[in-house]
Amino acid sequence: MRKVAVVGTGHTEFGSDLPKTEIEMFCEAATEAMAECDLGPQQVEALFCGNVFGDFAEGQGMIQSFIANELGFHNVPATRFEGACASATVAIRDAFMWVASGCYDIVVVGGTEKATAMGTPLATRTFAMGAEAKYEFAPGLTFPGFFALLAHLYASTYNVSLEKLREQMSLISVQSHYYGTKNPHAQFRHKEITPEQVSGGFMVASPLRLLDCCPFSDGAAVLVLASEEAAKKLTDKPVYITGLGQASSPRLSAQAPYLPRIRARELSAMQAYKMAGVTPQDIDICELHDCFSIASIIAAENLGFAQAGEGGRLWENGDTKIDGKIPINISGGLKAKGHPIGATGASQACEIVRQLRGDLADSGRQVAGAKTGLVDTLGGDGIIANLVLQAGW
Amino acid sequence: MEYKLPFRQYHKALMKNQLLGLKCGNCGAITCPPQMSCRSCSSYDLEVTQLSGNGKITTYTTIFVAPEGRETEAPYIIVMVELDEGPWIMGNLYDMAPERAGMDLIGRPVTLGSRIFPGDRYSDGPMARPAFLFADKA
Ligand SMILES: [Zn+2]
Repeated sequence: MRKVAVVGTGHTEFGSDLPKTEIEMFCEAATEAMAECDLGPQQVEALFCGNVFGDFAEGQGMIQSFIANELGFHNVPATRFEGACASATVAIRDAFMWVASGCYDIVVVGGTEKATAMGTPLATRTFAMGAEAKYEFAPGLTFPGFFALLAHLYASTYNVSLEKLREQMSLISVQSHYYGTKNPHAQFRHKEITPEQVSGGFMVASPLRLLDCCPFSDGAAVLVLASEEAAKKLTDKPVYITGLGQASSPRLSAQAPYLPRIRARELSAMQAYKMAGVTPQDIDICELHDCFSIASIIAAENLGFAQAGEGGRLWENGDTKIDGKIPINISGGLKAKGHPIGATGASQACEIVRQLRGDLADSGRQVAGAKTGLVDTLGGDGIIANLVLQAGW
Repeated sequence: MEYKLPFRQYHKALMKNQLLGLKCGNCGAITCPPQMSCRSCSSYDLEVTQLSGNGKITTYTTIFVAPEGRETEAPYIIVMVELDEGPWIMGNLYDMAPERAGMDLIGRPVTLGSRIFPGDRYSDGPMARPAFLFADKA
């Protein structure tokens, strides 16, 4: 396999009720990514696009070929990836394979979503489509409900009191909002919160309250990937994708008795670490899938940053802060940056690439000297994808 | 190969408060709800079997924000139950006020009941779901 680099990144504003269409947002992020490496549309050989709810949000299916042609990538193969919240990370993994294999030298990959166009009730319904439809939606499982079940199971499995877990979960949302204020693209870029606001918010699915949950969001993020040889001509700072992982889970109840550990994430992360030849201790910065506060704790453990049952301490001890042992979600994470689900994986990868290139000093969220980063994305009830990214200069 | 226990057959039995599962001819494990392969060893050598419907609660949540079309159901309790035969399944608990659900639910023994979710515009017809009852209530 050939080496594959990220040579361009583009990221729209994330927010609620944004005035642009999914196609327009993708095009804006794509042209930003292409401008970073001075790439013209004729050089792009294929398009890979994460998009989950275009059908429901805009009545737009098959968005990928319209995007390709709007961008002037006339007639190139374009493929849509639907892996719920992990769609774009799965798209990046496949885009990597096509370049690594030698089939293409330069491709564009990203995601776009306009979830807020659905409104909260329909969005809650469509997000629940990521749960198993016959046996787990029938009792009324929602996506917050999925992690709410895991939160109580976590407390009972590891003998952590709900009060203690409540404190830890609140700290996570507070940290994400703090760093979100340093990200000009973040949905909540103007909103810091307190632990009391988190613990006093209205209950969505016990024990998860409003500020334990990421918002519904609109936005797009896009990367340009290139083979090592092509990358050298396009940028002085290629960021190589050195490790990839992907694994699938069954319906939630069938993940017992492994729960609250998520086996698919442990396997996916292991694949990515092994391929890159790194360990969790080598990761300088991580963007992990904090769709809910408890999800961050479970993810940090699954990824090897803490022992099972001890993930919350990372936030208590400040280990997850910008100068901590393992800076986590310095973008603001899904919680504060926003979670336009088809775009999220590309947004996470975009953030890590910019961190590794040292682009973020002006925003006040640059992790000093970061050379190796990890992306972690969880889709619905069953898809995990991970990327290891490393500075290549 | 024929799907041994299709959804509709499972659903019809559950409407009569009977819980069907699959017993593995290779390793003996019980799989429920049904799927193509044994949850333990992936064998397709499965045979339909009736389960007791008894088990204990392993976790719970009270849903306050319901999906579109199900707003009038909220608040409602979802539980995961570890069946006496091994598998965990998801269902509801209507045996108490949903606002009062707490950690003391975990470990409580329950027995099977059922209710119907009539389905919505996105689902292919009605679906029965376990509605568990406390087995240790005086
Ligand atoms: Zn078996």
